[in-house]
Parts: sequence; C-alpha cells; structure tokens
Amino acid sequence: MFEGVKGFFPPPYDPKEPVDFASGKFLKMWQGPQHPGITGNMSLELAIAGDTVYDCKTHVGYLHRGFEKLMERRLWMQNFPLVCRIAVPEPDFNEYCYAAAIEELAGVEVPEKAKWLRNLTLEMIRLASYLMWIGGQAGAFGHGTIIQWSATMRDYVLDLFEELSGGRIYHMYIIPGGVRSDLPEGWAAHALEVMDTIEKNLDDIELVMFHNAVFKLRAKGLGVIPKDWIDRFGITGPNARAAGFRRDIRKDQPYLVYDKLDFDYVTAEGSDAYDRALVRLGEMYQAIDLIRQMLARMPKGGEFKAALPNPLHWKIPAGETYVKSECTRGEYGFYVVSDGSDKPRRVVVRGPSYTHAVSVMETLAKGQNLADLAGLMVSLHTYPPEIER
Amino acid sequence: MRTIANDIAERFEVGPLVEKRADLATLEADAKDVPELLARLRDRHGYAHLSFVTATDLIEEGVFVLTYMLHNHAENHSLAVKCRIGRENAAMESCHLLWEQMWTYQRELKELFGIDFPGSPRVDESFVLEGWIDIPPMRREFDTREYSERTFPTRPGRSTKDPATHMKEKLYPEAL
Repeated sequence: MFEGVKGFFPPPYDPKEPVDFASGKFLKMWQGPQHPGITGNMSLELAIAGDTVYDCKTHVGYLHRGFEKLMERRLWMQNFPLVCRIAVPEPDFNEYCYAAAIEELAGVEVPEKAKWLRNLTLEMIRLASYLMWIGGQAGAFGHGTIIQWSATMRDYVLDLFEELSGGRIYHMYIIPGGVRSDLPEGWAAHALEVMDTIEKNLDDIELVMFHNAVFKLRAKGLGVIPKDWIDRFGITGPNARAAGFRRDIRKDQPYLVYDKLDFDYVTAEGSDAYDRALVRLGEMYQAIDLIRQMLARMPKGGEFKAALPNPLHWKIPAGETYVKSECTRGEYGFYVVSDGSDKPRRVVVRGPSYTHAVSVMETLAKGQNLADLAGLMVSLHTYPPEIER
Repeated sequence: MRTIANDIAERFEVGPLVEKRADLATLEADAKDVPELLARLRDRHGYAHLSFVTATDLIEEGVFVLTYMLHNHAENHSLAVKCRIGRENAAMESCHLLWEQMWTYQRELKELFGIDFPGSPRVDESFVLEGWIDIPPMRREFDTREYSERTFPTRPGRSTKDPATHMKEKLYPEAL
C-alpha cells in the first residue's frame, strides 16, 4: 500500500520557512478575481503547502476607474455621480463626506431637517450593507440559506431608498447644502414596517447562524487580531471594536445628529471572525433602533436644503479639509483640497479596506487553512474599490 | 494642542500649527524631519493612528505636498503633517517602520505619482496599474482625455459630438 512520502505531506507549518517554489513543496494559487470566496474584484496570490497558506499577496486594480483623477477634471457638482460609485454597497458615506467637505470649505450651513434625513440614510445603508455582508459571511462557511434571507431583507431597504430617492443602489440623495427631497407621504410608516420585518429576520439569523456548531467551530479562533495590531495597522470599525476597543466616530466625534441619539459602542473581546460577526450583528440591531429613534424624533417640517450658487459656476474657496464618518467597516473619509477654482484640486478617499484587505489580510492569512481563507476575508469586511479608487 | 506645538517647535523646523476645526489641525515640516516628527507624535503625543498618506501635485510650484494624516484617539484629534518635495526625481525617506500599512501607501505613491521611497518593501511592485508604461497618471501633466483618445481610438464609422454644441443645436437652433 502506498503511504505517501512520510514527513513531507502534510508539511508542518513553519512561519520562518522561506517560500521556495523550486523546492516542489509549494504551490502558487490564485483566489480571485473570479472566485466565490473573494470579496469584490480583487485577488489573493497564495503560496500554499498542503492546505496551509504560507504567503499571501493582495492584488487590486480590477475595478480601477481613476475616481480621484477624474474628480480633478470635473466641476464640484459633476463629481456627485462619481463619488457614490466608490463603495457600491454603501454609497451614501461617500455622498455625505464629499458634501460635508464642500460645505465646510464653502461655509454652507446645512438645515437641521437635512441633518436628520442624512443621518437616516446613513443608518439605512449601514443596515443594507451589513445584510449583504452577513450573507457572504455565512456563505463562506457553507450556509447557503442565510444569503437568501438577508438579500431579501436588503431588497426591502433598497425599496425604501427607491421611494426616497428614485435609485436603489446609487442614491445621490445627499447633495451639498442638504438633501434632494423630504420624506414622501407614508414613507415613515412603511419604513417602520420594514424595520419590524428585518428585526424578526435577524432573530432567525442569529439563531441559525450564531448558535450553529459549524459556524462556531470554524469562526471561533479564526483570524485573531491582537490588540497591539489595532494602531500598528490602522484598524478601525468593527474589526477594532471586536478586539475590545471602544472607538466609533459616531460617538467620539459626533456628526449630523448622532449626539441627539441614544446608543452605545458595540464591542467584543475575542477579536476573531466570530466576535467580529457578533459585533456587526449587534450593530444591525442598533441601526434598526437608530432608524426608529430618528423617525420618531425628526422635525416634521423645515427646509431640507440650503440655497446654493449656480453649480455650473460654483468656485469653492481655497483650502483643505478632512471629513470622516463611521461606515460599516470603520473610518471613511474624504480629504479635499481646493485651489479656489470650480474643480477640486485633489480629492483623496480614505477607506478602511486599504489596510484591512492588504496589510492586515496578508499578515493574518499566513498559517491559515486554505478552506478558511474566504471566511477570514469576509470577516474583515473589505471593499476593493475604496482601495484602488 | 499648544503644548504639542511648542514641543514640536523646540525640536523641528516647522511652520505654524493651523487649526482647521476643533478636531483637525495641519502642520508643515521640512521633509528631512518628517520621519522623526511622525515618530515623536506617535510615541509622545498619542497620534498613534495613521489615517492615510497622500500627495498633492502643485505643478506650478514644481513640488509635491505629502500629507500624513494622524489621529489621536484619546483626544479625538486629527493632525495632518505636511511636507514639500521637488517634483524632479521626487523621493522621500521611507517611514514603513512606523506603521505596518505605510508601505502600501508608499507603493501607491510610487506608482501613481512617481515618488520614490528607497528601502520601502515592495515599492516597485505594481499596485493598481499592472503593466503601466506611461507617466505616473496622478501627476497633473497626465491628460486623461489625450491618453484615452490615443489608446482607444474611435472605431471607424462612428462620430462624436461635442455635448455643448450638440445641446445648443438641439435646444436653440435659431440662435446658431
């Protein structure tokens, strides 16, 4: 009976062992860009021996459209159809950051009602984005049912966006000076019904996914981010909060109407894929709660946008600023430089995936089992377009 | 913030601290001082989080402005450290030992602006533009339209209308 080459397979993992493809021990393998275990348009170049990942390099650029360069050649207002496309599942954070940066540089005061409406859409898109993520996270561990539930729930949120803005994916609802419209008649009641439906479904998801032995066994202990990595790697959002860090821009540097809302940090201690999922589940319930609070307390009337100069001839005073918000993945910001002309001099998009999908992923992947790589990657919740911009 | 500004001014040649907002300030320093300045801000003054690193091309002045955006979580305050480097043979000392994600930003700046960071890991590997042979595209002199027309010529039999002229012809034909 052939017993294989003893002592060669499976090879014991030694992190210090150099990857030498000529040795015959290692195999180069690509995960992505077309692969069910990859998030978005990116790929991982892996060096594996047996089932163990020895080296990982993240490759981006498959969706590079040169957003930042294009924005330098367009009027301030013409960039709105561009910015929302930088993060497909949650475009509204781009709209908000870009609008807020312009308003700060131009000295535009946003009406109170518009702040509530902006805040409402940011929490709605947080919920929609997490619903998309949780399906991917479950799918990476073999749970095909949850994506069917969560995609349906996300569609209900997209219905609300369609009623509000006319667009399901890209809304272009937040504009400099405010928002494009007030809530349509009957929208708030419909939104509350949808929140009830999603909350009930989340209870089911929690039961089926978070109490499932397979998910627990595979996610617990996977991709543990040590506490001292948080600042060393610039980790933010749920990835940091799952390591016990009470950091959330909505609480620490409140913007819009977050200082008027009642909510707390959602944290965990394990810092593994399971705890990161738990934090995000908690933030989904929290988003539903915040949406209910806003619908109950939002001013009924009032202006929803400020008067602006002619957008085709709008020159923004020279200056620079950095505006950020807490998106589902952490710190999302726009650094905007104006030279006083009718076009931005420089726009830089700071997305949390920049560090989470490259330096963190490349480091965490080493020593992992190949079959866990997709689950690990989704647990970091990354969107490639905000890396390659 | 004043204490930090005084401490920095005692040790480095820096410009005035400009407070943009209560939670955002900028500081311009000499490029040669930046690595040490960043290390001091990180280790002594709590600016332990690096939000991003980027460059702004001031072609008319012949310089790139490098911006290192730091954040102090305890004080909830961001500080942009800026420095200027010449556009010709642009190079900057690598700071990859300060933050683990720094090399990625430096690799991006090498590819998109042509700014070299000698010694930075994988700085010569392509980042988003595999096989790119033109000038670094984020430089101001790179003309996206000219590049596009040169690289992707119009297919025979197709004509393109200038949007402004087309709309005038359509909406106000009597004015033409």
